[in-house]
Amino acid sequence: MIEVKNIHKSFNGKVIIEDVSAVMKAGQCNLIIGASGSGKTVLMKCMVGLFEPDSGEVLYHGQNFTAMKGHDKTEIRKEIGMLFQGSALFDSLRVEQNIMFPLSMFTDWHYRKKLDRVNEVLARVNLPDVNRKYPAELSGGMKKRVALARAIVLNPKYLFCDEPNSGLDPQTSLVIDKLIREITVEYNITTVVNTHDMNSVMEIGNYILYMYKGEKEWEGNNKEIIFSKNQRLNDFIFASEFLQDAKDMRMLEQKGKLPEDRNMDDMLK
Amino acid sequence: MTIFSDIGRYLLMIKGMFSRPENGKMYWKELIHQCTEIGFGSLGIVAIISVFIGAVSTIQTAYQLVSPLIPPSTIAQIVRDTVILEFAPTLVCIVLAGVAGSRIASELGNMRVSEQIDALEIMGIKTKTYLVLPKIAAALLMIPLLVVIAMALSIWGGRVAGGASGIISGSIYDKGLLEFFVPYNVIFALTKAYVFAFIISSVPAFYGYYVKGGALEIGRASTKAVVVSCILILFFDYILSALLLPT
Repeated sequence: MIEVKNIHKSFNGKVIIEDVSAVMKAGQCNLIIGASGSGKTVLMKCMVGLFEPDSGEVLYHGQNFTAMKGHDKTEIRKEIGMLFQGSALFDSLRVEQNIMFPLSMFTDWHYRKKLDRVNEVLARVNLPDVNRKYPAELSGGMKKRVALARAIVLNPKYLFCDEPNSGLDPQTSLVIDKLIREITVEYNITTVVNTHDMNSVMEIGNYILYMYKGEKEWEGNNKEIIFSKNQRLNDFIFASEFLQDAKDMRMLEQKGKLPEDRNMDDMLK
Repeated sequence: MTIFSDIGRYLLMIKGMFSRPENGKMYWKELIHQCTEIGFGSLGIVAIISVFIGAVSTIQTAYQLVSPLIPPSTIAQIVRDTVILEFAPTLVCIVLAGVAGSRIASELGNMRVSEQIDALEIMGIKTKTYLVLPKIAAALLMIPLLVVIAMALSIWGGRVAGGASGIISGSIYDKGLLEFFVPYNVIFALTKAYVFAFIISSVPAFYGYYVKGGALEIGRASTKAVVVSCILILFFDYILSALLLPT
């Protein structure tokens, strides 16, 4: 479990995050959503320690990560895996070497054992036969899956995904979402996903934190979000006409007024 | 004020790279990789430049020594001393600032912009220690070696050019090389090489490590790294000459 308590962060006097608190539970996909520039990435970087918050705390299973220094911080970081927006794979290393890197750095396993683990995680993200390829030879979706494999290779307790679907087609996005959800449940990881993709929100959002101009505007889950009365949230999630129609139909369905020839579930799929 | 904040951040980077490695074997591997990149990667250009510097020095020295009272072997002495004292350490290091320095700045800049450095940080790796220290250590190991090779090749280039143009025969050139040789000059040249090696590796590492923005900024950081390195090399060339050469 990760607890974020009253985080404030500003850059050059400009407030980016203001008094944000949240609880991210284990075995769940916790989503941070919001428009571009709402402070999602800054909040995530404060959580993983890439930015120092001006005030507030980030607690990993009750341990104050923000106050930690040196060795203690490194120990927590070893339990964190992160999938970056641009994948952040090491260009000069092959796929196999990229995934093996954390193993070589933090374990004394022999090569064969490390290779077995690499193949295991590559199989987990449905990417066999890419071991010898360089990141430049992979598609966007494949890069994300390799990055996900690298993020989970050390069996982390916490997984952070910064806009995992950016630049991907809807079908590949669904594959990535499905993988994130499965891995979260399978390994009982506390997963935090930063996204503005509404498909992901509906697909994997066990807990959703909506950020608006650096502040927490709304929190709930993927069932509650559709019926939220929060105007700013509604403006954000129903920016597309399709989703607005879907919401109207859901309302009609609830009231038993949905025409017989229209099926809400088919539409959402 | 930017210059003071840059100096402060530079010193903090240098301080930050001295921490206990997570895995000595991986750091050793990275050191060897950097030695290969900086040393062997620059050997070709250093060799070409050195041979031509020696050749040109011989011809131009001969052109200036018009008095019949000066023996031809003096040409070899002058070439030897200018190459050892100035051309090999300073010129070669200025070229290396362009070759190795821009590579270091753009490599780290690209890693920063594409979040690879953040990825290493998240893994719990001390990035300054893992990324910067091996580059500086490799430069300190390889650049003095390149300077010594440059000295030898320049002197040899001078011999070949002298013989080919009929200015000075090989035997007289060899005789001149052994006359009035001051071993301290080599120590002075190596001292300069170590100082310049530190500049060539640490300044571009600083500009690359702290780059912000995108591809354009990587290019700018790389150019700035080379320019600042060259200025610092010339500045310290003067300081070291003033301090270490008895006049």
